[in-house]
Amino acid sequence: MAAVTEAPPLAPVPEKKPPRKRGRWTPYLLLLPGLLWLIVFFALPMIYQASTSVQTGSLEEGYKVTWHFATYWDALSEYWPQFLRSILYAGAATILCLLLGYPLAYLIAFRAGRWRNLIMILVIAPFFTSFLIRTLAWKTILADSGPVVGALNSLHILDLTNALGWTSGDRVLATPLAVVCGLTYNFLPFMILPLYTSLERIDGRLHEAAGDLYAKPFTTFRKVTFPLSMPGVVSGTLLTFIPAAGDYVNAELLGSTDTRMIGNVIQTQFLRILDYPTAAALSFILMAAILLMVTLYIRRAGTEDLV
Amino acid sequence: MEQYEPDRLSPVVAAAMRRSLHKSRAAATSRRSLLRASAGGALALGGLATLSGCGIPAAGKTSGGVSADDHSAKEKVVNFSNWPEYIDVDDSEKRHPTLDEFRKRTGITVKYTEDINDNDEFFGKIQPQLAAGQDTGRDLIVLTDWLAARMIRLGYVQKLDASNLPHAYANLSDQFRSPDWDPGRAYSYVWQGISTVVAYNKKALDGVEVKSVSDLLDNPKLKGRVGLLTEMRDTVGMTMLDMGKDPAKFTDDDYDAVIARLQKAVDKGQIRRFTGNDYTSDLTKGDFAACVAWGGDIIQLQADNPDVGYVIPDSGYMTSTDNMLIPNKARHKTNAERLIDYYYEPEPAAELAAYINYVSPVADVAPYLAKIDKSAATNPLILPDKAMQAKSHAFRSLSSKEETAYQQKFAKLTGA
Repeated sequence: MAAVTEAPPLAPVPEKKPPRKRGRWTPYLLLLPGLLWLIVFFALPMIYQASTSVQTGSLEEGYKVTWHFATYWDALSEYWPQFLRSILYAGAATILCLLLGYPLAYLIAFRAGRWRNLIMILVIAPFFTSFLIRTLAWKTILADSGPVVGALNSLHILDLTNALGWTSGDRVLATPLAVVCGLTYNFLPFMILPLYTSLERIDGRLHEAAGDLYAKPFTTFRKVTFPLSMPGVVSGTLLTFIPAAGDYVNAELLGSTDTRMIGNVIQTQFLRILDYPTAAALSFILMAAILLMVTLYIRRAGTEDLV
Repeated sequence: MEQYEPDRLSPVVAAAMRRSLHKSRAAATSRRSLLRASAGGALALGGLATLSGCGIPAAGKTSGGVSADDHSAKEKVVNFSNWPEYIDVDDSEKRHPTLDEFRKRTGITVKYTEDINDNDEFFGKIQPQLAAGQDTGRDLIVLTDWLAARMIRLGYVQKLDASNLPHAYANLSDQFRSPDWDPGRAYSYVWQGISTVVAYNKKALDGVEVKSVSDLLDNPKLKGRVGLLTEMRDTVGMTMLDMGKDPAKFTDDDYDAVIARLQKAVDKGQIRRFTGNDYTSDLTKGDFAACVAWGGDIIQLQADNPDVGYVIPDSGYMTSTDNMLIPNKARHKTNAERLIDYYYEPEPAAELAAYINYVSPVADVAPYLAKIDKSAATNPLILPDKAMQAKSHAFRSLSSKEETAYQQKFAKLTGA
C-alpha cells in the first residue's frame, strides 16, 4: 500500500502540459476511500488479531506481547481434527452446491425464457429472512418424528447413510449429513449467482455453431459451454467454500459433539474460555489454510478473469 | 479476493509501472525493487512495532475510580438492560406494568432494553469499555451468578448503598442471602432464581422412566435423544449431584471424574447435543426425549404442550441466580438502587413472578402471588417449598485459573 502512495515521480518532462499534472493524482484520490476502508476494517483488525495471537496472560493480569509463537503449534495439534472436518464438510457442501447449482443456473440462463426473473427471485428469496431462521427451519423439517425422516427410514435410505457413517440411528439431525446439508442449503445462492452470470454471457450462436459442426449436445456442453463457464465455476466454488469453512451456525444447530467445526472452536475459545491468543491463532491458521488452498486451486483452474 | 493476488495489480499501479518501464527499463526496475524493498521493510518494522504496542490491559486497574458523578437527582431516568422476555408485559405487549408503577411512584423513567442474550457475549461487548474506565451507558444490568462473580472480582461493578435498599435487605430470601462470591450482597441483588431440573417429553419417552441424571446418561433406550446444557455449571453440577458429590465444595479430581462420566456418555452416542436456550424446541418437537432444563422454561412450555414434564432428582438440583448489578461509571446509581429496592416490595415481586415464572427471590411473596395466580403460588418451581429448598444446591465460585481450566475441559467434552 505504501508503494502506491509513494509512486515514483515521473522523470521531469518538459513542462508544457500543466493540465495533465493535475489529473495524475485523480486515480489515487479515487482509490483513497477504498484504501481507508481497507485499512480501518481489514488491516487494523488483522494487526490487532496478529498481536493477540502472540500474547500471553490472563484477563486479570492483562495480556502482553511475548512473541509466544508456540500458541500456533499448540492450537494446531489440539484442534486439527476440527480443521480437517471443516475442510471436509465445506468441500462436500461445495461439490453438492455445484451439482445442484449448475443445472439450475443453466436452466435459468438458457431455457427459462420469460420465467427467468421469477426463478432468479426464487433463488434469492431465502436471503430475505435471517440465516439463523433458515437454519432453524431445517430442524423442523428434519425432526425425528417428521415426515422426511420417516420417509427416509421406510425407504431404508438411512440404513445406507448409516453404513457410510454420514448418519447414526434413525435420525438425520445431529449427524454429519445434517451439517453438510445445512451448509449446502445456506450457500447454494452464492454458487448459482456467479454461475448464472458467466453462463448468461455465453453467446447462443456458439451453440448453434457447435451444432453445425456436428457436435452432439453433450459434446457442445463439454467443449464449449463448460469451459466458457469456468470463471463462474471458480468464483462460485470460492464464494461457497470460503465462508462454509469458517461457518459455525450449521454445526452448532444441526450437528452434535462429533461434528463441531473450527468456527465453533474459535467461538468457544473467544467467548467461553476467554483464551484470546488461542482463538486469534486459530483464526490465522484457518485464514492461512484457506489462502493456501485457494491459491493452489486458482493456479490449477488457471482462470484469467474471475469477476 | 483481489488483494490476495500479487500478480493482479490495480490498473493505476499497472499503468504507472508501464510508464516507468517505458522511460528506462533498467533504471525503473532497480528503482521499483528498491522501493518495494524499502516499503516492505518499513511495513515490517512498523508492523512489529504496532504488534508489540498492542496488548490488552489488565482488568480492574481502571483509572479515575469506579463511580461517576451521580446524576440521579437531576436526570430522573435509569437505563436498565435485561434479558428478553424477563419482565411482565401488558396485553398490548408494549408496556411493562411494574415499571409504569415505579415511574408513577418515583417519577423516574426506566429505559428498559432487552439487549442481553448470552452472558459470554454480553461480557465480550461491555468488557472493553469497562476495562478502559468508560461509562457503558447502562445503570443496571442483569447477569448470571458466575458472571456477576467475575464482574465483582474484576472490579467492574459498584458497591451498593445499603441505605437505599431497605426492602431488598429485609425481604431477600434466606436461600440467596450470602453467596460465596458476594457475601452479604454488597454488590448484587437477585433478579430471579433459576432451578435446573431434568425435563422430559412424555410422548417421546414412550414409557421409559426418567428419574435422575443417571437415567439420562445410561439408559440405552434414550440413545441419541438426550440433551445437556452448554452452561457448564448446570450440566456438571447436576451430574456431580448424581454422583453423590457436593457442587458447593469439590476438588479438581471430583471435577475430572464428572467429565469422565459425561465423556463416556458422549462416546456412546447417548448425548444428542449440548444446547443453550434452544433446547426448548428440541424438547417440544420430541427430538429430545429428556434433557437438563431450566425450571422457568418448563412452566412456559407446559402451558402449550402437555407432554412436557419435569422431575427433581432425589440427589438434588442446581439453583443459580440472575443478579442486578450497577456497572462502573453508571450515571444514575441512586435511581438504579431505588429500582432494585422496588422489586423487593412484595406486590411488584408477585406481579413479576406471576408473569415470568422463575423463582422469586423475595421471601413471603406467596400470599401476594396467590391473589394474582393461585396455581403459581403452589408451584414449587416458582416458590420452592421447604422440602424442595433442602434439595437445592449452588455451584461454588471458581478462581479465574479454575474457570479457564474447567471451561477448557468442558469445551472438549462438547466437541470443541
